[in-house]
Amino acid sequence: MPRTTNTNATSSHSEPVSSDEPKDLTAFSCPVPLPARERILLGHGSGGKLSADLLQQIFLPALGNPVLDRLEDQAIVSLNGTPLAITTDSFVVKPLIFRGGDIGSLAVHGTVNDLAMGGAEPLWLSAAFILEEGLPLETLKRVVTSMHQAAVNAGVPIITGDTKVVEKGSADGLFINTTGIGRVREGVSLSVSNAQPGDVILVSGFLGDHGIAILAEREGLQFETQVNSDSAPLHALVAHLLNATQEIRCLRDPTRGGLSSTLNEIAASSRVGMELDETAIPVREEVRGACEMLGLDPLYVANEGKLVAIVAPAAAQNALRALQSHPLGKDAAMIGRVTTDHPRMVVLRTPLGTTRIVDMLAGDQLPRIC
Amino acid sequence: MCLAIPGKVAGIEEKDGIRTGRVQFGGIIRQACLDFVPEAKEGDYVLVHVGFAISVVDKEEAERTYALLESMGLLEEELAPDGAAPAES
Amino acid sequence: MKYLDEYRDARIARALAAEIRRRSSRRWVLMEICGGQTHTLMRYGIDELLGDSVELVHGPGCPVCVTPLEIIDRAISLARRPEVTLVSYGDMLRVPGSETDLFHVKAEGGDVRIVYSPTDAVNLARTLPDRKVVFFAIGFETTAPAHAMAVLQAEWLGLRNFSLLVSHVLVPPAIRTLLGSAKNRVQGFIAPGHVCTVVGCRDYEELVREFRVPMVVGGFEPVDLLEAIRMLVIQLEEGRAELQNQYVRSVQYEGNRPAQAAIARVFESADRKWRGIGSIPESGLFLKPGYAAYDAERLFDLAEICAQEPAECISAEVLLGHKKPTDCTAFGTRCTPGKPLGAPMVSSEGACAAYYQYKRHLVTL
Repeated sequence: MPRTTNTNATSSHSEPVSSDEPKDLTAFSCPVPLPARERILLGHGSGGKLSADLLQQIFLPALGNPVLDRLEDQAIVSLNGTPLAITTDSFVVKPLIFRGGDIGSLAVHGTVNDLAMGGAEPLWLSAAFILEEGLPLETLKRVVTSMHQAAVNAGVPIITGDTKVVEKGSADGLFINTTGIGRVREGVSLSVSNAQPGDVILVSGFLGDHGIAILAEREGLQFETQVNSDSAPLHALVAHLLNATQEIRCLRDPTRGGLSSTLNEIAASSRVGMELDETAIPVREEVRGACEMLGLDPLYVANEGKLVAIVAPAAAQNALRALQSHPLGKDAAMIGRVTTDHPRMVVLRTPLGTTRIVDMLAGDQLPRIC
Repeated sequence: MCLAIPGKVAGIEEKDGIRTGRVQFGGIIRQACLDFVPEAKEGDYVLVHVGFAISVVDKEEAERTYALLESMGLLEEELAPDGAAPAES
Repeated sequence: MKYLDEYRDARIARALAAEIRRRSSRRWVLMEICGGQTHTLMRYGIDELLGDSVELVHGPGCPVCVTPLEIIDRAISLARRPEVTLVSYGDMLRVPGSETDLFHVKAEGGDVRIVYSPTDAVNLARTLPDRKVVFFAIGFETTAPAHAMAVLQAEWLGLRNFSLLVSHVLVPPAIRTLLGSAKNRVQGFIAPGHVCTVVGCRDYEELVREFRVPMVVGGFEPVDLLEAIRMLVIQLEEGRAELQNQYVRSVQYEGNRPAQAAIARVFESADRKWRGIGSIPESGLFLKPGYAAYDAERLFDLAEICAQEPAECISAEVLLGHKKPTDCTAFGTRCTPGKPLGAPMVSSEGACAAYYQYKRHLVTL
């Protein structure tokens, strides 16, 4: 979760471009009033600026404490000298069942991954269900079976749970919350504030699969080669990576808001700039096509089985090889570097060699028609 | 409001009185209304905007003009092999 | 993807940019009219490639941005009615009306839905016979045929619960207004390739003749735009003023006849207010009286909803190319995509939004 992002820039005015324009601009003003923000909007859940605002304006003032304020994906605390990671996540995906997974397996993978991104070995999960009146039992059965399978495959048992039922119309069929506890690996200290200029940025594989798989179900898109959600538990991949090198500054899984949100969060927390090479960012042909058609940018599309690693330069090659030698990281790629230039901004070098900003999403990514 | 992307007509049928095409965009297939391009046949490429084909891609014109562009690209590469962008003033 | 990827070729793009820089003897001021073209120019940093050879000024090519305030307010008013399902393209949901926007109305419980195609809106009306489905029909000439077909299809299906809230604008009258202004600095235009695909090139040829300004009908990929710019620079260097077609793979001089017929059947033109600019004669499309049954303006009591356009806002100057977004004192500080103060910051195609999203790292805010 990000701290305040780069929207509140300093107020010095830019240079006017052409000399024959009037310098006195006080004659112009924009009197259109700002709409009052009194209610939660869908955009508050998208992982972009609105989500960040919500944290800053409501949650942190009320709940803040030294651990929470770090805003990592997991809280790291110590119990009698043993570092533990604790994380919680709620899953509200629609449709409940999609190609490559369902809300059950997603709920396991998502929380396991948040623990893994803190360098923790996931130990236990809890699962709380909110069921909508009228949900078919068949659906619930399927989801729970899938959840069990995911937990078994990940080697992380679900040891406690809860169930509530709400009236028809109050939930999209089914919501799940999972909480996870893990033990932080010794000698590992990963943080969103650790990135340093010169560090290398790696991703573990193709971006945008999950978001497009979901959208395809919702919009009835047909693919020649089906795009499946990449939902997967990443703790084994992380362990494999940490075995190869410990010079990892930060790990994050780019879920809602996509790669862009994750990198902007790291850049803001670490107060560094980033430069990416657009041609190096791996995106499947079908995902690219879907994004073209729908007017979406793959950099903002959710992933559920990928990680971003910020790595010390000397360890980069090792780290990349380690990722590529694991089945979940075989398409890993080096996509950019951390810089001192343009702090807190993520800049992309286009295939034409020019640059543009990869900005934080304001709210939801709206499909372009223009 | 001008986002229109090119796709290949993979099949044509009548749906609710509208001539509809199954159009392939990269690896995706989507339906598009072909009523504005009555001359479009299977195998043609069409430009689709909000679910409606608005033109058939003129393959010959495209090829002719693209060949010119490509030769320009090759020539430029010979002259400036490092492909450097200009130094900003 | 064929007919797309080739027009993003880096080598060709750089070659075209080099040629443009070689041929320009001075800094020509060019305008691209369509928001989709603005988006590409920003996304690929084309202005960086061109250096000092060309100054690119962005035109009023964003129908989302120029939809009048009162139309937004009317859409909002409709969305608030319990019996109405308001269906819209995604871009419109964030546009601020006088007090709020459709996203907030949705949050308050209004039935607001996003579609990618007007066909989806018609299908929605079929599947929800008890709802009054109103489709927020925004666009230039490119989208008008599709909207016309939606009306014709609704008629064919005998739907009684489907209507359009129309805000269609026509490009040539806006260009005429721009060219007629004493403050105009634009010396050459990239005409909108998909608009011309539909309506043809005749209107633009007339503008060229009347104002003696070169125009090139351009596509939407980096190579298309650079080629169009190259053609304009050559004309300007040679003192010519003609209409040329760069987007030959899609645009024919006559345009798309069946599409034009659909527009003519359902719509007629009249004066239309452009947000931030004011009223431009004969610049809007409205549903013909014969299609009153599908016209939300006539079906619902909306006439009393009027809105005061802001007295003086730099939007007008930006939309007409007299000023750049960065000339505005509020750019990037009080006015951002998250909290837009005016029209061009609202849609991702608006000049201010495009600048903010892609280019502000090059500007000290």
